[in-house]
Order: sequence, then structure tokens, then C-alpha cells
Amino acid sequence: MDINFIIAISTMGGLGFLFAGGLALADRKLRVEENPLIGKINDALPGANCGACGKAGCYDFAVNVVEGKAKVNGCPVGGDETAQAVALLMGVEAGATVKSIPRVMCRGGNAEAMRKLAEYYGPLSCSAMDLVAGGEKMCYYGCLGGGECVEACPFNAMVMNEDGLPEVIEELCTGCGVCATACPRDIIEMHPADRNVFVFCKNHDDPKASKDVCSVACIGCGICARKSDGGIIMDNNLGVIQYDTIDVDKIPFDKCRTGAIQRIDGVTGKDVSVN
Amino acid sequence: MELLLLFLSAAIVNNFVLSYFLGICPFIGVSNKISSAFSMGLAATFVMTITSIVTWLIYHKILVPFELEFLQYVSFILVIASLVQFVEMFIKKVSQPLYRALGIFLPLITTNCAILGLALFIVLKEYSFIEGIVFGLGAGTGFTLAITLMAGIREELDLADVPKPFQGAPITLIVAGILAMAFMGFAGLI
Repeated sequence: MDINFIIAISTMGGLGFLFAGGLALADRKLRVEENPLIGKINDALPGANCGACGKAGCYDFAVNVVEGKAKVNGCPVGGDETAQAVALLMGVEAGATVKSIPRVMCRGGNAEAMRKLAEYYGPLSCSAMDLVAGGEKMCYYGCLGGGECVEACPFNAMVMNEDGLPEVIEELCTGCGVCATACPRDIIEMHPADRNVFVFCKNHDDPKASKDVCSVACIGCGICARKSDGGIIMDNNLGVIQYDTIDVDKIPFDKCRTGAIQRIDGVTGKDVSVN
Repeated sequence: MELLLLFLSAAIVNNFVLSYFLGICPFIGVSNKISSAFSMGLAATFVMTITSIVTWLIYHKILVPFELEFLQYVSFILVIASLVQFVEMFIKKVSQPLYRALGIFLPLITTNCAILGLALFIVLKEYSFIEGIVFGLGAGTGFTLAITLMAGIREELDLADVPKPFQGAPITLIVAGILAMAFMGFAGLI
């Protein structure tokens, strides 16, 4: 056999041994003990890194869960399934998670809201419309109809209906809250999915003014508040529901002249569509 | 003086990233934040400097005497891979957030052409041991300079109103091109 052959093999072999030995030493000195649970929980999470849990991302959430700083059901996007999986890994009970659903607090679509004499020409984005004299509708509190929430939704769970109002497709919605952040008028609010009573209006104008700008506005008459035993309070001409104390059966839905306060599970018998 | 010129030449005039276009992958990949870009630069500088020392020793003290020059790629890659593995362990131990910020680009230093290129340049240009170290240090400094500059520009770009078709990778590549053009201004300085 050629002597060169042996030299080549032994040289590379020697170098290999040298570096492998060095790395083995370094590994002993620098080994990081990582809780294997973190990786497993990370795998159980959706992995979208959306930050809806309030942590920097899915991995960060997993670290916080293992350290006990975050709840096992703290991932709003993963919902019940993820919560159960994480709870199983952590060996605790998940408890029930209630999904948050965005509710559009305005029913003043193209048919209901009065329009200004001026017309808006420009980019079809709510923030732009809001800047330019508050858009085309007379109401300065209501939905602008630009669809910024629809565009913002990462899960395609929002559509504009024919009335020019955004509608939530609950089957697709993960409750991440991106649409609520996108709305420049804070009309979209995140509510637990089991809440069924809402005042679908944000208008703080006095009764006459609000009646003039929209046919479905809360005019601030206060009938619902008087009958609700503190379940609804009037704040600056707008009924605000106190979800901790409200007794739904006491609310006189049929007394609301504009239908601004609505029960959305259909019990009132009125023709009610979600949002 | 000679060594200082060599250092400046490697760091600025013949910048590895912006003149030779070596090591573009982390240059684009990790340059979205100054802090992680700078750390990436430091990691690459460390690997480059040690690589230049070790590969010089291996080439001139082992491969040349035994007439095994044909093993240079294999042995250089072995050196680089081992060093990168070491740096990865070190960073994982010292800073978990940095480890995650660098992500896949940290192990990818292994196949970073800037580093193998450096080792081959040292052989090609027949640098002495000291020259090799200075060259490696200069190349690393140049890499850090380039990637940090790029990260600074990209952080500002996040606030700029970039037209939609140019957002993301396209504007990054355009900026890299303009930055390279700016560095061409150093050509002929030394």
C-alpha cells in the first residue's frame, strides 16, 4: 500500500480525534440543561407566534407555562384542544376555556346610517377615512365600512356583508383580536363567546342627534338601564352593560326603540343576526 | 504598518461581503435587528480569526510537510465545523434569546463561504502566520461592519413607507446593492 495513503488517513483521523475530543470537553463544560417539557409543550401549541397570549411567541409561552408563570389554557388561538394537550403534559386540569369572539359594536350599515352630502374619494381604508373628516357616514362613532378589520384578519374569518358591515365567521375565528386592534374607532370588542347581550352602538350623541344620524343608534333613553337593576348603566348617552351583574331576563328588549340592545341567541324572538 | 494596511484592506477595501460577495446568507438573513446582527458579526469574527490560526498551522505544519495539500478542503471544513459547533454551545449556554434570534444561521456559519474563502485566501496569497491572523481579524471586522450597517438601515426601513411590491426581500436586496456600491468607493484606496 502506498505510504501516502496511510499518512493521509492517519492525518485526517488524528485531526478528527483532536477536534472531537475538544468538542466533547466543551460539551461537558457548556451543557445546558433544558427542561424537555418545554419542547413538548411548544410542539403542542399552534406555532403561529401571534402573541395573542401576551408572550413573545409560542416558545416563550411554553417556557412560561413550565415555570408556572402562564396558565395552561392561556393560548387563546389553540382553544380547548391545545389547553387539554398542554394540561396533559403538565399533569394538571385544564378547566374550561371560553373562546373570545370579536363583536362588531355597530349595526349602522349602508341602509341604516345617514350619509353626509360630501363623498369620499381615496384609499378604501378605515384609518384614512377616519382622518378625512370622519368618512362618509354622519355618525362619528360608527363603522366606517372600509374593511380594515377584514384585511387585518390573519385567518380570513371576517367578511363585509352587503350592508357594508364586517361580519365574523365564528367557525374560522380563533379569537386572536387582531381585528379589534385594527379598527381605528374601537368598534370591534373581544367578548367571551357565551356572552349574548350587547349594545350594538358606540354613539355618545344626545338622543336627538343620534336619532338623526342613524336609525339603529342607541339614543340614550335609558329604558333598559332603569329596568335592569344595575345590569346596565348609562354612560354619556350610551347604555353600557355590566356583565358581572346583568340579569338578561330583566332587560326589556322590545322596549328599545331602535333595537340597539340585542340578545344574539335568538331567544327574544326578534329577527336577529349575529353582528 | 504593513499589518495595519492588511487589516484595513480586509475590513474595508476588500470587504468580504460587499466586495467579494461572500457570506451573503447571514448578511441578508440575520440583519433585521442591530443587536442580533452585531452578535452574528462577533460570532463570525471569532470563527474567522481562530480559523485563520488553526488552518494556517494545519496547512503549513501538517499538510505541506506530508505533501497532503489535496486534503486542504476537508481539513479546513473540519476546523470550521468544529469551531462553529463550539460557538453554538457557547452562545446557547450564555444567552438563550440570542441563540434563538440567530436560529438556523448560527450552524450555517459552517458552510459560510466567507470563512472557507478566508482560509483559502490565506493559502492562495501565501500569508505568513501573523499576516494570516490579521487578515482573519480584518475580514471578521469587515463582516461585522457590513452586517451591522445593513441592520441599522433595515431598522430604519421598517419605519419607512416602502411600496408594496418592494416590501421585504426586494428592498433588502436593493439596499445591499447600494451599500456594496458605496463600498466600491474605497477601491484603490490601498
